[in-house]
Amino acid sequence: MTGLARIGLLVVVMLSLVALFSPVLAPHSLTEQRLSARLQGPSAEHPFGRDEFGRDVLSRMMYGARVSMRVGLTVVSISAATGTLIGASAAYAGGWIDALVSSFLFNTFLAFPGILLAIALVAFRGPSLANLILALCVIGWVGYARLMRGQVLKVKEYDYVMAARALGAPGARILLGHILPNAIQPLVIQSTLGMAGAVLAEAGLSFLGLGVQEPIPSWGKMLDAGRAHLTTAPHMVVFPALAIMATVLAFNFLGDGLNKWLDPTRKRR
Amino acid sequence: MLIAPVVGAVITLVFLLIHLVPGDPVLNYLGEGATPQQVTDMRRRFGLDQSLPAQYANYWKQVVQGDLGTSFLDRKPVSEKIRRRYPATLQLAIGALLIALLMAIPLGVTAGIHPDAWQDHSASFLALLGISVPNFALGPMAILVFSVLLRWLPASGYGSPAHLVLPAVTLGAALAAILTRMIRSGVIEEMNRDYVRTARAKGLPEQKVVYTHVLKNGLIPVVTMVGLQFGVLLGGAIITERIFNWPGLGSLTIEAISTRDYPLVQGCILVIALTYILVNAMTDLLYRLLDPRIEFA
Repeated sequence: MTGLARIGLLVVVMLSLVALFSPVLAPHSLTEQRLSARLQGPSAEHPFGRDEFGRDVLSRMMYGARVSMRVGLTVVSISAATGTLIGASAAYAGGWIDALVSSFLFNTFLAFPGILLAIALVAFRGPSLANLILALCVIGWVGYARLMRGQVLKVKEYDYVMAARALGAPGARILLGHILPNAIQPLVIQSTLGMAGAVLAEAGLSFLGLGVQEPIPSWGKMLDAGRAHLTTAPHMVVFPALAIMATVLAFNFLGDGLNKWLDPTRKRR
Repeated sequence: MLIAPVVGAVITLVFLLIHLVPGDPVLNYLGEGATPQQVTDMRRRFGLDQSLPAQYANYWKQVVQGDLGTSFLDRKPVSEKIRRRYPATLQLAIGALLIALLMAIPLGVTAGIHPDAWQDHSASFLALLGISVPNFALGPMAILVFSVLLRWLPASGYGSPAHLVLPAVTLGAALAAILTRMIRSGVIEEMNRDYVRTARAKGLPEQKVVYTHVLKNGLIPVVTMVGLQFGVLLGGAIITERIFNWPGLGSLTIEAISTRDYPLVQGCILVIALTYILVNAMTDLLYRLLDPRIEFA
């Protein structure tokens, strides 16, 4: 594994630990306000300063990590499972089912640019953590489905699959027992990169006020709140921005590293 | 892409959005204090008292005629509101695209002609940074540096070219990063081709070899990427417009969401999605024009 991938892995492990143990690790209460000390800059007691209600920014960011990781893991798991099921089944079935899924269903979902469909879904369903996760899954599954469709189309022509078919193995067994285990490697890489995408999308929707609601903190929401105090309390913007950047970079490093590590042709070079 | 069925599916999905609202959209808009008479009147006025198939048929009839319905808020036509805001969003997206190309071409070419040298490593690092910094983090940071500390550019507003710079850079940075990577690999691949060796053997200056021969071929895949990424720009414009108070379709969407003006949200989403489909179709055509081999493939 490359040096950058190791850094990525280290950051991801640290972030996961912070997310998991934030109630224990956070130095201050999540909701404790002190209006007399609002917008106070970084100090020894509050290394990341205080927000517009005098709450500790570091503690809120630790809880924010929990939201980011929870959303990322849930969205990636559901999207990858759904995408794999749809993409692999379509490719294995072939014929009109594959044509319908690949040229109609995929293109319809891809016709909504960026996070527009997610914004639309949350706007109509109402902002909440559950609706945010639902919206990100609705836009997320297509990438995995396209990937797995391509993989299965390739693997299903291999000799050992033909042999299993000739021996009379049932379709579901061939797909689950023979094709999927050999097509799953890119899915691991895509899921790692997908975590970066999900963290970004969660922060983006929360920035627009369409994510988790008070009192639960989210990095995107903290960034949005900080915009109003950019001149007097830039720490409110800088720290959440750096956290989002570091998380996305870490997952991208890890994904790129895994890609190189798992690719046998690259390893030989 | 089969455009007609996809457009049909998009229109259907957008129509269905209002029916995803938990409870009644009209009651949701009017609030708890609304009288039953007000709710009934408004439902009738917006055709929401009809059966679902009837509403669907009406929606199609309206959309085909360019009518995107009426705003809940002020009863003005949605299409008129969108028409007023649309040029600002296009201006922002095109500005971001131009800035992305202006940053990516020199960076990508320099990295491509010096693979594994410091120029390449610096360009790759910048590209990675560009991909990892979201526009909602980059925007406020850019305001902090260029508007608050240096006082070089306005932090928000619309009208002059100076107002466009920060929003366009914020929106275009990620695209610049993606294009830099693409141009870099395109240039590396093209530099090893026979025609480059021939051009060099003929005694052409290196700059001419790169900018007239290599770049021309290396840029073909970039056209597709620009088309695909234009949608990301349109989606990203929603966030960027909010950061810089840019009076485009994105900020109109957010205003409509905050006032629960559901027909206006539907209209904005539909117009952005249709713009994206149109740009993609145009990209397909352009790609065929630029590379005639596509026709025979």
